[in-house]
Amino acid sequence: MTALAGRIGADQAALARHLLLQMLRVRRLEEKCVELYSEAKIRGFLHVYIGEEAVAAGVLDNLQGEDAVVATYREHGHALLRGVPAGAILAEMYGHVQGCCRGRGGSMHLFDAGTRFFGGNAIVAGGLPLAVGLALADKMAGRSGVTVCFFGEGAVAEGEFHESLNLAALWQLPVLFCCENNLYAMGTALGRSESQTDIALKAAGYELAAWAVDGMDVLAVHEAARRAVDAVRSGAGPHFLELRTYRFRAHSMFDPERYREKAEVAHWLERDPITLLRSALEDAGQLTEAQWTELQRDADAEVAAAVEFAEAGTPEPVEELTRFVYSERGPE
Amino acid sequence: MKTTYREAIRAGIRDAMERDERVFLMGEDVGAYGGCFAVSLGLFEEFGPERIRDTPLSESGFVGAGIGAALGGMRPIVEIMTVNFSLLALDQIVNNAATLLHMSGGQFNVPLVIRMTTGAGRQLGAQHSHSLEGWYAHIPGLRILAPATLEDARGMLWTALQDPDPVLIFEHGTLYNMPGEIDDGAGPVDIDTAALRRTGKDVSLITYGGTLPAVLDAAEQLAEEGIDAEVLDLRTLRPLDDAAILASVGHTHRAVVVDEGWRSGSISAEISARITETAFYDLDAPVGRVCSAEVPLPYAKHLELAALPSAGRIVAAAREVTGKGG
Repeated sequence: MTALAGRIGADQAALARHLLLQMLRVRRLEEKCVELYSEAKIRGFLHVYIGEEAVAAGVLDNLQGEDAVVATYREHGHALLRGVPAGAILAEMYGHVQGCCRGRGGSMHLFDAGTRFFGGNAIVAGGLPLAVGLALADKMAGRSGVTVCFFGEGAVAEGEFHESLNLAALWQLPVLFCCENNLYAMGTALGRSESQTDIALKAAGYELAAWAVDGMDVLAVHEAARRAVDAVRSGAGPHFLELRTYRFRAHSMFDPERYREKAEVAHWLERDPITLLRSALEDAGQLTEAQWTELQRDADAEVAAAVEFAEAGTPEPVEELTRFVYSERGPE
Repeated sequence: MKTTYREAIRAGIRDAMERDERVFLMGEDVGAYGGCFAVSLGLFEEFGPERIRDTPLSESGFVGAGIGAALGGMRPIVEIMTVNFSLLALDQIVNNAATLLHMSGGQFNVPLVIRMTTGAGRQLGAQHSHSLEGWYAHIPGLRILAPATLEDARGMLWTALQDPDPVLIFEHGTLYNMPGEIDDGAGPVDIDTAALRRTGKDVSLITYGGTLPAVLDAAEQLAEEGIDAEVLDLRTLRPLDDAAILASVGHTHRAVVVDEGWRSGSISAEISARITETAFYDLDAPVGRVCSAEVPLPYAKHLELAALPSAGRIVAAAREVTGKGG
């Protein structure tokens, strides 16, 4: 029995199976993205989240409709789990007008007003000030929304990280910072870029509650995020989670991975969040073979439908090129 | 009533704060200090620290927070102390404010106003004397304003706040003390069109912002020499009011563009290019330009003055394109 299994009681089984499906949905979608990239159906930069799914799954499950999400260029999973349809995500990567941004954004810039999903920011740390502002608006307007901001540990070296944490703590804003520490800023290992590698400790220096979580254990992530989101919503000020995770695939489709050992990757693959949870559920007698088959079938069916949707999509007429530079006023 | 450019801007801010509770002012020393240039003096006491919000020295952080607050339904006025410091917020302005609407396929507009001081002429040295509004006018997605009169100082802000997209307002530092009379009922003004500040038939002097006073001086001097200059105040640098520029040049057949920015790659270059692209056969002489010398602005007064557009240099340029005077 794994440590994880020890925690899965009958009361938690339904949640665990739900989170397993959520992670599986992201995994299957992105495996398909990689395949489609190889077929040149998707172009540009493509950064997949494979290996890190427990983070988005565990955190986003705690949010409500009024909350806001700010993410990075590795955000397919966050968009999907926030409620953006897989078809709209895939159509976006195809550059089709049926995409969630009409093909204007692409893989790195998924946005969705309906689910308050504010991107899709491809400048490292560029989303943090935005999240601070969204939280400021909620606070000034007296709303109870929480803004969750995802970023990688590479962002910790940027000035905007420090400016944003300071502002959020100074003004006691309802924002949850989620640092997805996958140990590499593109190809630069954490120890080669930070004098202090304990990121939660560094964040705590800004006078906000910060702690580190095993980002491969979705139940641990879920529990930590639940506590943090509840605290933020109750007015306890900004919180910070360092989610220790690992990117199984290359940084992008152009990355030859010269900077890390295969053995290191293999070691982390043993902690695949999907495999870990599946085994734990099985060990606890909470996941039958039939249930596992059904989860996979659901995830696969969603991806198949998304591919069909994207394939059937159409490019935006080139005559519309200069739209959306400025807001369009109503009919004159 | 009597006012100054500074007081006119303050009246505009106060008016916006009173009209719309979503409006707030945020920036370095806007509150307890009263504003670096005393623009917001008294507003902290009047509206309180929530709405006249002092920020740490974190230009990227608070400009980005302004963008986020705008996305969240507020109508922030972000003050960046000077254009020089706005370089620390370029990522947020160029990569976020200007792009979010487009990247999101029209879903997320950013109704944000950013105000900042620009320009030289106060012996502040190279790091406090930039005129980079022309740079910002390069960026699709932004609207760039340069109020040069009391009415525009008073009235552009509210109209900018009604714009669904980001607007940058550049206030020239030498204008803050400019005194004058303003109508008691002065209010919002349009932010789309250029304005003729003087009509004439011999040459169009095209300018904006801090160089308008020097251009008007030059026009007076030219009149004494028998050169009848028209003065066009652009007011908005993006989008440019092409129709007004071409209408003026269409009847004077000569143009001098006056811009405190450096000549290379400047907004004056853009204006000159548009005139030659579309009105080449209306021209009786090549377009002239008066810009700042291509040096980081020096401290010493005589050197700084020598680097900047002056009435004398504008007069000389007008003589040259008209082939008259001197």
